[in-house]
Amino acid sequence: MPYNVAVCVKPVPDPKHYDRVTIDPVKKTITRTGIPTLINPVDKTAIEAGLQLRERHSGSVVAISMAPPNAEEILREVLAMGADEAYLLSDRAFGGADTLATSYTLCHGLRKIEALRGHAFDFVLCGSESADGATAQVSSQLGEWLGYPHLWNAFAFEEIEEMPEAGDPEKKAFSIRTKMENGYMEWRARPPFVLGVARELNKPRFTSVMGIMKAKNKPLTVWSRADLDGAEDAFLGLSGSPTQPGEIFSPDLKRSGKLLEGSAEEVVEQIVAVLRSNGVVTGD
Amino acid sequence: MGFFEFSEEQKMLRKAIREFVEAEVAPKAAEWDEKDVCPVELFKKLGELGVNGIFVPEQYGGAGQGAVARAICLEEISRHSAGLGIALMTHHLGVYPILQFGTEEQKKKYLPDLCSGAKIGGLAVTEPGGGSDFSGQKTVAEKKDGSWTVNGRKCFITNSHIADVTVFTAKTGEDEKGRNKLSAFIVEKGAKGFEPGRKEHKLGLRGSVTGDLVFADVSVPEDAILGKEGAGAKIGMEGIGEVGRAGMSAICVGILRGCVEEAVKFANERIVYGKPIAKLQAIQLEVAKIRADYEAARLLTYNAVGLKDSGQPCANEVATAKYVSTETAVASSKRLMDLMGGYGIVNEYPVGRFLRDALASIPSGGTSHIMQIIIAANTLSGFQP
Repeated sequence: MPYNVAVCVKPVPDPKHYDRVTIDPVKKTITRTGIPTLINPVDKTAIEAGLQLRERHSGSVVAISMAPPNAEEILREVLAMGADEAYLLSDRAFGGADTLATSYTLCHGLRKIEALRGHAFDFVLCGSESADGATAQVSSQLGEWLGYPHLWNAFAFEEIEEMPEAGDPEKKAFSIRTKMENGYMEWRARPPFVLGVARELNKPRFTSVMGIMKAKNKPLTVWSRADLDGAEDAFLGLSGSPTQPGEIFSPDLKRSGKLLEGSAEEVVEQIVAVLRSNGVVTGD
Repeated sequence: MGFFEFSEEQKMLRKAIREFVEAEVAPKAAEWDEKDVCPVELFKKLGELGVNGIFVPEQYGGAGQGAVARAICLEEISRHSAGLGIALMTHHLGVYPILQFGTEEQKKKYLPDLCSGAKIGGLAVTEPGGGSDFSGQKTVAEKKDGSWTVNGRKCFITNSHIADVTVFTAKTGEDEKGRNKLSAFIVEKGAKGFEPGRKEHKLGLRGSVTGDLVFADVSVPEDAILGKEGAGAKIGMEGIGEVGRAGMSAICVGILRGCVEEAVKFANERIVYGKPIAKLQAIQLEVAKIRADYEAARLLTYNAVGLKDSGQPCANEVATAKYVSTETAVASSKRLMDLMGGYGIVNEYPVGRFLRDALASIPSGGTSHIMQIIIAANTLSGFQP
């Protein structure tokens, strides 16, 4: 049966250029001028999972992003990878959002797409975390807003025959493995559900020239605050964000030399004392 | 907006190919060079991306792009492996004449597989008697009982040992003045009497195969002739002139970009007298020269292929681009080597490979002397600024 898949993507500064990221200590913001933007790497894993679902079962893959207007370029790349259509939620009213306000906005975007298309999404896929913020909260919070079950850090995902109790019995069930610190957990679930996927899930495909040309004519819709009719202002952007950044600073990596004097044994003792006082060496 | 600007799609193409190259080419480029092996398995992957048939219309399985898109692909690949760059470049040299001069049957028979990566292409023109002496070829094709019998030897042929489909030229008679009449044909790997011969052990562009192709009483069907009988010189020269030289030029733009990026990296990381050598003006001057070479070669190359895409004559512009790109790639990689001191000659760094690849790019598709002769002829016959 066909599956309707939504994939949430985020534009992030290219991690290869993190050495060029600077911090503005007054505004408490990260300056990323001149650093190329790319699709959050693990979001590509989510896109690939969506494309594989469509290839195996038919259906559609819709990409959604809440980001500044220039994220259109990134969404065009998602379309070039193979997604069928894309939506960009972009408005100053969404600015300053923490993960809760971001997931709320995405939820309302997805609900509106569902209303327009006349059917609900079976899967909402997200990367497990972003390369820049790395809070790893959006997929679970989105699941809560949508009222769907949600699993995070999934590294294996396949259709199975056995049917768990819950869910729509007309739909196939899926086995999902999620990474734990010392192992993994295996889950079974029927769509719809939200999945935060880990990089190990698959190897995302490379974008082809043919894909780039097809992407030119695929629909890319930009929605502003006014388009999200059901959303309440109190939950959007800065005002909908219960968490705010506190202090933000660059770690001090200054190094200085110190000449130790004495015999070899005395110097060793001095070194050990310094290491011990800095917590590098503990015990005897 | 600059004088030359990529379209949005071309920028996306560059980003997509760069991503592929960084994942699949960059980590292995040094090994291909050291072991001198051509990564034929990558042709399948490049075919899936649309690179193998980048300028072939979609109806024949291509990506429907042009010479600019092709140059972008070659620059990106050659940034890390000019060896793979020339293997792909030469594959295009086999594809181009079939597309330009082939019959509808020939296009349908060969192009889809050449685009998908199922088959690799090649072009065989040069002979032991010379490459630039085009009409002096000695390989002969004689018509007998409805097919052509070919005898002779081609040398310095890139993809000689890996190509499945090779376009070659052979003498099919003489004109009224006694000059060789050349025709072009398509031959497939495995044809009886058609064998690769000696393999060259090259200084640079290793990771691509270059060698002889031997024809011993090879029977080529009548319908394997490309274009009209006697059109071989035009077919060969157009391919080499506009596709081959433009390709070599783009390959050297890739090498030059490698020089810029490696120079920046090394100058910032190498600490002498307590500070990075990038702070020293003597080093800055060298970096500036390398950067200027890259920018000049890049503009000349993309201008030339842009003319090709717009259907304008471009032989002089391509020759100029090839001359400048290959020569500055040699000069810049030597400059980078000097800048790096002892590290420059250590194979752990790619600069030695850049220099060897740049040197090997000069004779490929016509030496700098030949390029200068083309430029001079164009200039002396009526220079119009």
